[in-house]
Amino acid sequence: MTISNSNSPLARREALANRLEQLTRMIEIRSVEDRIQKLFAEGHVRGSTHLASGQEAVSVGIARSIDPDDIVTCTYRGHGHALALGVTPAGVIGEICGRVIGCAGGLGGSMHLVEPEVGLLPTAAIIGAGLPIACGAAMAARARGKDRIAVSIFGDGSANIGAFHEALNFAAIRKLPVVFVCENNLYGEYTRIQLSTPVEDIAIRATSYNMPGVIVDGQDADKVAEAMAAAVARARRGEGPTLIEMKTYRYSGHSRSDPATYRPAGELDAWLKRDPIDIFASRLIEEGVLAAGGLEPLKAETREAVERATAEVLESPAPDLGEILSHIGAHSAGGDQRWNFWSR
Amino acid sequence: MAKIWIRQAVLRALDDAMSDDPSVIVMGEDIAAAGGPFKVTEGLLAAHGPERVIDTPISEMAFMGAAVGAAVCGLKPVVEMMFIEFIGVALDQLTTQAATMRYLSRGKLTTPLVVRASAGAGQGFGCQHSQMLDHWFRGTPGLKVAVTSNARTTYGLLRSAIEDPDPVVILEPRILYAEREEYEFDKSYRIPLGKAEIARPGSDATLVTCGAMRRVALAAAEASSANIEVIDLLTLWPWDRKTVMESVARTGRLVTLEEAPPGSGWGGEVAATIATEAFGSLKAPPHRITLPEAPVPYSGVLEARFLPSPAYVAEQVSALVSTNKPPLPWWRKAA
Repeated sequence: MTISNSNSPLARREALANRLEQLTRMIEIRSVEDRIQKLFAEGHVRGSTHLASGQEAVSVGIARSIDPDDIVTCTYRGHGHALALGVTPAGVIGEICGRVIGCAGGLGGSMHLVEPEVGLLPTAAIIGAGLPIACGAAMAARARGKDRIAVSIFGDGSANIGAFHEALNFAAIRKLPVVFVCENNLYGEYTRIQLSTPVEDIAIRATSYNMPGVIVDGQDADKVAEAMAAAVARARRGEGPTLIEMKTYRYSGHSRSDPATYRPAGELDAWLKRDPIDIFASRLIEEGVLAAGGLEPLKAETREAVERATAEVLESPAPDLGEILSHIGAHSAGGDQRWNFWSR
Repeated sequence: MAKIWIRQAVLRALDDAMSDDPSVIVMGEDIAAAGGPFKVTEGLLAAHGPERVIDTPISEMAFMGAAVGAAVCGLKPVVEMMFIEFIGVALDQLTTQAATMRYLSRGKLTTPLVVRASAGAGQGFGCQHSQMLDHWFRGTPGLKVAVTSNARTTYGLLRSAIEDPDPVVILEPRILYAEREEYEFDKSYRIPLGKAEIARPGSDATLVTCGAMRRVALAAAEASSANIEVIDLLTLWPWDRKTVMESVARTGRLVTLEEAPPGSGWGGEVAATIATEAFGSLKAPPHRITLPEAPVPYSGVLEARFLPSPAYVAEQVSALVSTNKPPLPWWRKAA
């Protein structure tokens, strides 16, 4: 069986080399998102959450294509990416429930998932914030003489903010080892892309910055991984950045309070017919990795694992009140426990 | 002792820090090949190479953000904002990303970066190139803010900022760059962040200031009949309560002199703290000398009136000392 239940983010990441684990992880992401929605209804979640059901192939396709030493920046629609990169379901659900067991100890919440062990910087609540930061991470890698790269994951909404254009330009002129991944799920918050963006394909914007722009079927994890592999190899060779546009779809609204009534009738159904989990499961059945009829039991088993993680989260306490004054600066409580990205 | 340009103190601080620590890099617009628009980075490129002394496009968001990412991943970036106003288009990266990195990772990820910027009025750069803007940063937990005031404080603060494990904003009054001063460099000299200094001892009033106003305060103290103690706050956040409190305990009067409009000025914080915590020491209400609540004017005639002069400051402090009542600012006298 798979090792989804491991508590080690690094082990979970390395397990992604396994085909069945790739499928399991996609199911896990969907199950966690479903469970978070329920936890919200049950009153365990504060503020808002931004779910990414329907985009699981992008998360897993990226995570399996880069090393745990590579640096990742990501926006607030990041539950799936965090899980794919290795953060445990308890780490994600716990953070969203504001518990000590959460990957940011309950200080961050849904929009701020983090795990340095697998290269994930705190996911940012500000559109576009991660792109320039990825450029700096790539500069640091180069300064250290390492062939590590940085990946910045963002949505189509980010393609219209200055940071996107500035970062692509900056990375291109310095030939930085960055892969810019745009998840084009057709909506920036509540607004359809045609109303916000005069081009259909975000990837075309790579032309302005003299870098490859690649359009990928984001519902197919293997196609995601294939495009990532090429961009990652180019970055590691020192040839510079790539912009990859993943055509995908988020099944839910922008955030908890958004019922997504602005979507045209039939659109969601059309995308559900190309569900990334179904596509990948069919392929694994063809490959003989998954038994015919093996998907439903795997889903049930994964849901149970997520349920166990949820139970563990609900047992976990809220952070100590002392955390309020911790980790503000080197002088404050908590002290320095600085992660060394270059120790491995 | 050798006379140097104050801008040379910036250059020496950067050069020495880069020589001492290979993780220090410097980034900004026109700072490498051109040596900097104010010539504060002249020669750095030749000394340390293009991977460490980096000309950026005019993309503050990109290079401010790159500094954040580079800092998290082990470098110590020193970013130059040519004029502090330029950071307006990149503020997210400093106040929202850099300042919360340590918190969100519970101490695992930190951003030891420095933003240096020329700031302040007095040279006819007009209202979009003449502000101090320290209040943009002071309200953000996780950031430190300091202001240089001469060659020595420039060197001492900048070296400390670069060695600090957290993000620091250093505001350099541009008007001082082209001033010459006697100063002997000492590579080991540091001014700890959060520590003020008494620039001139006195017994009648404590005049707290910083930046280019330090010399205005000193000249005012010389001109005044009152015996004024001048404190250069140096670090605006976190500020040195102890030094100010002890001084006010001796003088019984507090005056703050800020090159900023009153709204959200650091003087309000200092005055409120003293009024609350040292009320018993006060012979007079705390008094703030500020700029008027208006953009910095371009015309030389207007700008000269707009900025506190030594004569005006002397008059204000003397009035407080002699009457124990705060005088009105010049723009309210006519009413």
